[in-house]
Amino acid sequence: MPEPKYLLFLGCVIPYRLSSYEISARKILDKLGVELVEMPEFNCCGFPMDPINHDLMLTLAARNLCLAEKQNLNILTLCNGCFGILNETNKMLKEDKKLREKVNGYLKEIGMEFKGTIEVKHLVHVLVEDVGFEKIKNAVKKPLTNLRVTQHTGCHIVRPKKLIEKDDPENPTFLKTLIRLTGAECLDYMDEAECCGNPIIGVNETIPFQMAKEKFDHIIAVGAQALITVCPFCHMMYDLNQPRIEKAFNMKIGIPVLHYPQLLGLAMGFPPEELALNELRVKPTELLSQIQG
Amino acid sequence: MSETQEYVPNVIKAEEMDPKFKYEISKLPGAEKIMLCFQCGTCTADCPISRFSDLYRPRKIARMVQFGLKDRLLSDNALWLCSTCFTCVDHCPQNVEIAGIVRVLRNLTIKERGVMPLVFKELASNLLKTGYVYEIPESRHKKRIEQGLPQLPKPNLEDVAKIFEVTGSSKILENVKTFEKVKS
Repeated sequence: MPEPKYLLFLGCVIPYRLSSYEISARKILDKLGVELVEMPEFNCCGFPMDPINHDLMLTLAARNLCLAEKQNLNILTLCNGCFGILNETNKMLKEDKKLREKVNGYLKEIGMEFKGTIEVKHLVHVLVEDVGFEKIKNAVKKPLTNLRVTQHTGCHIVRPKKLIEKDDPENPTFLKTLIRLTGAECLDYMDEAECCGNPIIGVNETIPFQMAKEKFDHIIAVGAQALITVCPFCHMMYDLNQPRIEKAFNMKIGIPVLHYPQLLGLAMGFPPEELALNELRVKPTELLSQIQG
Repeated sequence: MSETQEYVPNVIKAEEMDPKFKYEISKLPGAEKIMLCFQCGTCTADCPISRFSDLYRPRKIARMVQFGLKDRLLSDNALWLCSTCFTCVDHCPQNVEIAGIVRVLRNLTIKERGVMPLVFKELASNLLKTGYVYEIPESRHKKRIEQGLPQLPKPNLEDVAKIFEVTGSSKILENVKTFEKVKS
């Protein structure tokens, strides 16, 4: 089987705030034999524009899909939001002839045409479907035995189900299985499939903070040492905002939030500094000393 | 309730109801199945936002669309509390895409009432200026080189501007008024 090759779609939030996710993802994918090609050109996936104008979102997304079609490469995203929108647009334009004609009418103005020849995948899907559990297992050199973590898969790589049809949205197992391959224990907790709330933080902070506080309550209750995410929005909600959530509810949380590639990278034997663990807001000091000790 | 206050029931007046509204809405992508909603309330019961909000109720939104209460819907800021987690879409026994209906109503509010949350206007303006919805500072670009990361892909701002223009978005955003926060 030839090595998988993808066009990397970084999105906006990762280069803006979370290069730690990009750095660690590039490291592990390179080692696992996934070749990444840089986008020749870029615009936002379209997700934040959907509330303004649905056609605007569709056309922005379709333009990125057209760029991938020209290179004859499938897209790999690290962000749940980018995956959700690019995958939704790709599927709808492939299936709905009338919608495709409409969007192609807009794209004609910039000299492009959607043909429907590529697929969109999130990092998690590439690890599960292309790399495979066996290869990941073999790449683990320093199993993270005795580490107890929890996962937050997020929404847009599982819901709406009819547009994705991969993992189970009610009980997502892809990320759990990927975590267990590192040797760490992945603990179940209450309401683990629930949204992080970040998409509305620009209009209302109170609700997302309450949602995050409740999630942390459930994570602390099972005795987890860390939370593992695969989306920059979810990560910002739980890591970057953690001190503010602590302040708002007058509580101590202290749960480090790692991007999955950072966890896998540690198990693969990368030194922590190569995985940009120092860039996390909540420092994983105890966790690292336990791994290295 | 004090005895001096007169009880005023929350009555829907017939003239508030636009009987054509539900048909107009059901022609828009995402809202096609609005007529199938039989008010079971699964969407509200399973909505993570509704658990923490006194104002956001997806079932109520669906009923208000069926009743044609257009003015009430398009002036209700609670529409902006949906976090697009799509739990309501997955759980609806009638396959009504509630989150799609909320998106249709948001689009309509901006188009017809010329009002939207400030944050989305800022994201749109960054996108038009840089191709990214956040303005990535020069220091970030420099740091990428230090960290051994490749340069970020360049935007094509001409194409982005053209997409805004042909989809009618530039016109929509031209004179739009904004508000900052939405109550819980």
